[in-house]
Amino acid sequence: MELIQEISMILINSVLAQNFVIIRFIALCSFVGMTTSMENSIGMGGAVTFVTVMASVISYALHYFILVPFHLEYLQTIAFILTIAVFVQLVELYLKKAVPSLYKAMGIYLPLIATNCMILAVTLLNITEHYSLFIAVIFSIGASLGYTLALILLAGIRTKMRYTTIPKFLQGYPIIFITASFMAIAFLGLQGIAR
Amino acid sequence: MTNLKKVFLNGIFQENPVLIIMIGLCSVLAVSVTVVNALGMWAAYSFVLIGSELTISAIRNSIPKTIRIPIFIVAIATFTTIVQLIVKAYSPSLDKSLGIFIPLIVVNCIIIGRVEAFSSKNTVFASLIDSLGMSVGYGMVIVSIAFIRELLGTGTILGINVFPSFIKPMLIFILPPGAFFIIGLEIAFLNAFNKKLAKGKGQ
Repeated sequence: MELIQEISMILINSVLAQNFVIIRFIALCSFVGMTTSMENSIGMGGAVTFVTVMASVISYALHYFILVPFHLEYLQTIAFILTIAVFVQLVELYLKKAVPSLYKAMGIYLPLIATNCMILAVTLLNITEHYSLFIAVIFSIGASLGYTLALILLAGIRTKMRYTTIPKFLQGYPIIFITASFMAIAFLGLQGIAR
Repeated sequence: MTNLKKVFLNGIFQENPVLIIMIGLCSVLAVSVTVVNALGMWAAYSFVLIGSELTISAIRNSIPKTIRIPIFIVAIATFTTIVQLIVKAYSPSLDKSLGIFIPLIVVNCIIIGRVEAFSSKNTVFASLIDSLGMSVGYGMVIVSIAFIRELLGTGTILGINVFPSFIKPMLIFILPPGAFFIIGLEIAFLNAFNKKLAKGKGQ
């Protein structure tokens, strides 16, 4: 029972109350860059979810089986970013060969992912928050669902915005940030549901 | 000489990393709650940017083309780790408030972008100028946002009260919505400024 409570707490927290993109300001580059259409943001969300979950398992193992026994914790940042970059490259090669249909859907997003701050942030937070492996996986799922949610919401609003008249000096990026600002107000309202 | 001046100003106006190219936004928005934090982030960021641009431009001729990206990442991650350890050792309070955003300098696309686009092709001196320009461009944005947010959100500048006590600060500005709102307005202003600049040159 307590475990269920903890899991749901972490999920609600990471998807809504502490949304990675809108409240914690992580991975904003893709938030403004990839939300030009609904398909783009769904594709990006899927790719990020997959890589984040896998990367947090791998980095967890790397940290506790290699870095800690050899007292190399100070190399954490370098080790994690290299693992993520190599892993993304491997996934790309594997998908190209084995699942071409999935590669077609996800392929163009994969190179962008290696420098997506989300993944490094989640893997580092797993370690600093002292999560167990199971909780770390739950946390990474929640975080990437929150990311996908934010992207899809903004993509939807941007599609609608094409048919509205926007003051000339706000056209382009400024209006996107002001929209994001209102989204952030809405997300702040959800803060009460989590501890 | 005019060329180097152009490179320097490029980072501040036409190719301002944050407001025009829209990369490296995360740290700018998250850290700009107080001016002190913003200055700390700027220092950390500049150290990594200048260090890695100088390193890469110094060894640019011996980097094999095919594995250049991993080499860039290692160089950037090394400097980030140095900054991380220095901040942790000498300023634990700054380390606490910057938190995850110091290690995230590694994946800050501005740095890898500049290393790839500029210093892997140019001399050490030109890279120094470029990285100085870029870091001034970044610093201007983060400090100005922090200044506005701190002033409106808590009524202080660098921790000193500037408003009389009967004026209540607008808390929303130090919360996430305020950050998005102010950067939106700053982008609008810089766009208008650049347009004016381009028009002036065209005539």
